[in-house]
Amino acid sequence: MRRRLFRNLVSAAVTEPLAAESPESIGTELRGIIGRTLGRSVAIRQVDAGSCNGCELEIHALNSAYYDLERFGIRFVASPRHADLLLVTGPVTHNMREALVRTLAATPTPRWVVAAGDCAAGCGVFAGSYACAGAVSAVIPVDLVIRGCPPPPVELLRGLVALLGRPGERRSR
Amino acid sequence: MLQDLLAGHPVAETQRGWPRVNVDAATWQAIGTQLHAGRLDLLAEWGDEGAVHCALYEPESRCVRLASIAVEAGQVPSLAQFHRPALRLERALADLYGHELAGLPDRRPWLDHGTWPLVAPLAAASGVRESAAPAYRFLDAEGPGLHQIPVGPVHAGIIEPGHFRFTVCGETVVRLEQRLGYVHRGIERLLRGSGIEAGARLIARVSGDSTVACSYAFARAVELALGCNPPPRAQWLRAVMAELERIANHLGDIGAICNDASFSMMHAECGILREETLRAAATAFGHRLMMDTVVPGGTAVDLGDGGRQAIQALLQRLRRQFPELIELYANTDSLQDRVVGTGVTAPALVAEFAPGGFIGRAAGRAFDAREALAYAPYDVLPVRVALRQAGDVDARVGIRIDEVRNSIDWLGAALRQLPDGPHRLPLAPPAMDRVEATAMVEGFRGDLLVHVRLDRALRIERCHLRDPSWFQWPLLEAAIEGNIVADFPLCNKSFNCSYSGHDL
Ligand code: SF4
Repeated sequence: MRRRLFRNLVSAAVTEPLAAESPESIGTELRGIIGRTLGRSVAIRQVDAGSCNGCELEIHALNSAYYDLERFGIRFVASPRHADLLLVTGPVTHNMREALVRTLAATPTPRWVVAAGDCAAGCGVFAGSYACAGAVSAVIPVDLVIRGCPPPPVELLRGLVALLGRPGERRSR
Repeated sequence: MLQDLLAGHPVAETQRGWPRVNVDAATWQAIGTQLHAGRLDLLAEWGDEGAVHCALYEPESRCVRLASIAVEAGQVPSLAQFHRPALRLERALADLYGHELAGLPDRRPWLDHGTWPLVAPLAAASGVRESAAPAYRFLDAEGPGLHQIPVGPVHAGIIEPGHFRFTVCGETVVRLEQRLGYVHRGIERLLRGSGIEAGARLIARVSGDSTVACSYAFARAVELALGCNPPPRAQWLRAVMAELERIANHLGDIGAICNDASFSMMHAECGILREETLRAAATAFGHRLMMDTVVPGGTAVDLGDGGRQAIQALLQRLRRQFPELIELYANTDSLQDRVVGTGVTAPALVAEFAPGGFIGRAAGRAFDAREALAYAPYDVLPVRVALRQAGDVDARVGIRIDEVRNSIDWLGAALRQLPDGPHRLPLAPPAMDRVEATAMVEGFRGDLLVHVRLDRALRIERCHLRDPSWFQWPLLEAAIEGNIVADFPLCNKSFNCSYSGHDL
């Protein structure tokens, strides 16, 4: 283990270098926004409201060393009570509807809701099912939609920038 | 024995591949008795209009058969009264079809939480829900010093939703009861009446981590039903995708299990290799998870030179990096202390529930659909089946490690012998009014079964997908008993059952 730790210390990081459209440039912009409006940190609570788990896999990838989300001050938290932002995936199933509404109620304001993935955005291939209540916006107010099935990590980052960079998005919300 | 048991009963003429036999109540119950005696494994049980079907496997002869029983006066005999692994399957089919299962030991609803606007949504005569469902009653757990910890459906991480009701005594878990169904999206009803293309898109979204495996099983079932032979190149490409999916998921799991034992370095290192696997998949097949790439008739995309090089580069990198990580896993005492002897699956339960994938193979059940059923191309290029005996978290990690290694070798060999030619054939409508078939595929999590019935216009009449998790979730309930609460995340991650695949 020591050998490996040592090698990791002296070798270059896999985290991607700054390039026009790379995660880092998107993230740097994000970092600035977070610094200005949110006291340098954003806590995200992810809620799967009926997803196929594909969206979760890509959200997980944001935490990998390639994207290393935490360097931008964004981190995932275990409780909605600690969260600034709910990142919701999936068509909202009837069986998850109440849990989603309650999770939102447990999230302090100011807060944002991001619907990630085609299912969360518009119910996706599950539209019209007896078991689905619909897109996330059919159940709780949504501030931003990130499309994709699933949205790749870079798209997720880009979406967060778009939301947090909106003029007028301030703590006063 | 299985063939003798079903002999003399009429064989369904619409079914291709493994025969489906229409049996009477006495034979249905005899199946239950044989399941109970351990001579047969239950592969699946699902409802239909006016009937209930089951799929059976006889380990001794490696024979697969399907049996169907007609619903009479709204009733069929329950298999669960003989064989517990059928219990949740029957509770689910009772929810979806409204059939009454005579003798079913537990009549609580399973997928139906009382929130749908319909009752028995898959039945032709599904009704509008009029009264609110009674509150779900969890099993009683009483005794001095016991208390309960309810967890979920929204969990503390980036995970799918489900509810766990722990009854604990001090730090020790006395009982875990699961409640699932939160991500039930009504896929089987959406499939009904849809065309093959739309059906394939739904199937690819049953469980995102197994999207290739689900699509693969669906494609094989459709092709079998239609008597369509996919081009050889497609058969190999699908397996290449399936092995990439296996590697990516196993890497994710190995890292996440170690992370739940607070060894985050493995998590970071495995995460890097997983990301590289997804990127190679995107280069080779155009999608990081390879969603919608396997379709009935072949594959949606072909593998170009760039893609082949990306996979070869990935294999080379894995061959270099992976052994070091394994060494790290095996030589870190603090990690070994957490995983060895934790969350053991009892051999009797493994024999009874016949769980697929790393859960079975970590506990001595040597079943791998790639080997046992030897579907193409694994009939030409066999895969080594990993097998361990301990049945603990360590063994489940060990199986994943072995399988990553085996898949790396298999992929290397497969790329060398990949046949040329077309990668997709058009599907022709059947000559009969309806055709049906069943197929199984080994996903990263275990064996998946798909049964499909099509009409003359190539529309889906009935399609059922049985995720491996159905027979794995119940074992998690048992494996955690007697362990401390703090070890639950570790056990749970080592099982990594699918919620969405199970809830459908
Ligand atoms: S958007 Fe796609 S990946 Fe995400 S939950 Fe829906 S089907 Fe799955």
